[in-house]
Amino acid sequence: MIFNIEYETMPREALESIQLKRLQTVLSRVYATVPFYKKKLDDAGILPGDIKTLKDLEKIPFTTKQDLRDNYPFGMFAAPMANVVRIHASSGTTGQPTVVGYTARDINTWAELMARALSAAGASRGDIIHNAYGYGLFTGGLGVHYGAEKLGASVIPVSGGNTKRQAIIMRDFKPTILTATPSYALHLAEAAEEMGISFKDLHFKAGIFGAEPWSEDMREEIERKLNLDAIDIYGLSEVMGPGVSIECLEAKKGLHIFEDHFIPEIINPETGNALPYGEAGELVFTTITKEAFPILRYRTRDITTLNPEPCICGRTHVRMGKVSGRTDDMLIIRGVNVFPSQIESVLMQVEGVEPHYQLIVDRKDNLDTLTVRVEIGEKLFSDEVKQLQELENRISKDIKETLGVSAKVKLAEPKSIARSEGKAARVVDNRKI
Amino acid sequence: MQAEQISIFIENKAGRLSDVTGILAEAGINIRALAVADTSDFGVLRLIVDNNAKAEEALKNSGFTVRKTKVVAVKVEDKPGGLHRILEILKNARINVEYMYAFIQQSGDKAVMIFRFDQTGEAIKTLMDKGVTVIDGKTLSTL
Ligand SMILES: [Zn+2]
Repeated sequence: MIFNIEYETMPREALESIQLKRLQTVLSRVYATVPFYKKKLDDAGILPGDIKTLKDLEKIPFTTKQDLRDNYPFGMFAAPMANVVRIHASSGTTGQPTVVGYTARDINTWAELMARALSAAGASRGDIIHNAYGYGLFTGGLGVHYGAEKLGASVIPVSGGNTKRQAIIMRDFKPTILTATPSYALHLAEAAEEMGISFKDLHFKAGIFGAEPWSEDMREEIERKLNLDAIDIYGLSEVMGPGVSIECLEAKKGLHIFEDHFIPEIINPETGNALPYGEAGELVFTTITKEAFPILRYRTRDITTLNPEPCICGRTHVRMGKVSGRTDDMLIIRGVNVFPSQIESVLMQVEGVEPHYQLIVDRKDNLDTLTVRVEIGEKLFSDEVKQLQELENRISKDIKETLGVSAKVKLAEPKSIARSEGKAARVVDNRKI
Repeated sequence: MQAEQISIFIENKAGRLSDVTGILAEAGINIRALAVADTSDFGVLRLIVDNNAKAEEALKNSGFTVRKTKVVAVKVEDKPGGLHRILEILKNARINVEYMYAFIQQSGDKAVMIFRFDQTGEAIKTLMDKGVTVIDGKTLSTL
């Protein structure tokens, strides 16, 4: 169901005209109220009045996570504290936390967008929402909560943790919508199973999963184990929180960005140039309705694509693909941007390949070389050297075709690649640049 | 009449082969024949041992990728032209030899060769029809 028919199905032309008007308003406001933005625009030689089309947005300098840290805690607020009714902050595991604020109107907007998101996943008045996102400084819990109430659904503010109690609540309260991180949802399913509670006997029809990237393979696993439709939701506190974009139940193919409140762009993370629809690059957001914490051209560091094709659900808002990586993980090999996640998806297309791989980048005679080590499991192991070499060549060819970069593929013994999480183990960059 | 061989994937790293022989020695397994096929970065180690099940278990427990392959052990006359005669029989029957290697021990006055064919059953039948002795797996492990 579509929560706000008028705005969510608005013809693109009308939508873009609203975007421009709102963008111009927010520019004047931040220029007048936030010294950081005034200086940035002055340094770039731009006045708010210079922005006459949406395309002109490209003239405005980017805002980065570092800018937010430099203005810790309230330096980028555009409303006086007397009008700020809520403060959230990121965990700040790597450096200073980033702090964001909301006016009463911002909270109302957020609730509306989360209500739209819940609706897109099939929720409505009468549904019981088991909200296992953490309540607190993190935006997940309260974001979903306010949206659920706005929608008129019944929300169980169970928050994260105490998994056994959660399983009992799921059995006894019969919630119909689950909201959680995808990894916690799987953990919940396992824990419930151990207690003799099967998701097959529960009443969930859909789950809304976000706050961490997850793959299509994970969707299949969640849908199978939890017996529900798994819907991807995206958001970040710097832009608002959960509810910036959501997949629709009808298509489950790309997340509709609520463009009457946010303007998305895709840029080349190296050059900063805007990229056309369909090309993969870094997602950048400008908020056009927020009062307390508006943000201009914020670099999310998330890699995705934008798809403006009309959707079968009737929404006209552009869809972003599932986030496929972070710019932090990006490698540039002979001028080609390569993300470990792209290599991973090529490998997963080859039957029997397990997602245990390592990328080794070297520079020989001023030429970058990429070696992909792939662990060989029993399914793939052939007694014949010829077949193993064919396998190496096939993967190498697939990488070349998909990513446009030459890679030497080396089969590796099982468990020879470190299993630790993240970039460190996946990528070894031996170049001295 | 076919025999079983154990194949192991190994990376070309110093000492990797001795890791394998060490694991087998520790498990009390006797290696009867061994061959390595390798490229610049990996190799496939092929083994005939006296106890396949035990060898497979010991190697898997040490994290190796192990596979069992059907091979054929053939008695070859230990004189000029002995191997040639067998290869001629196979060529005339259009049977493809994927690879072959020699068994360490002799059987009487004959040498033993291990063959891997693309069509194992067909190969055994052809060789036996021509009077070549094929040794079954059980006998092979007691040689
Ligand atoms: Zn849709």
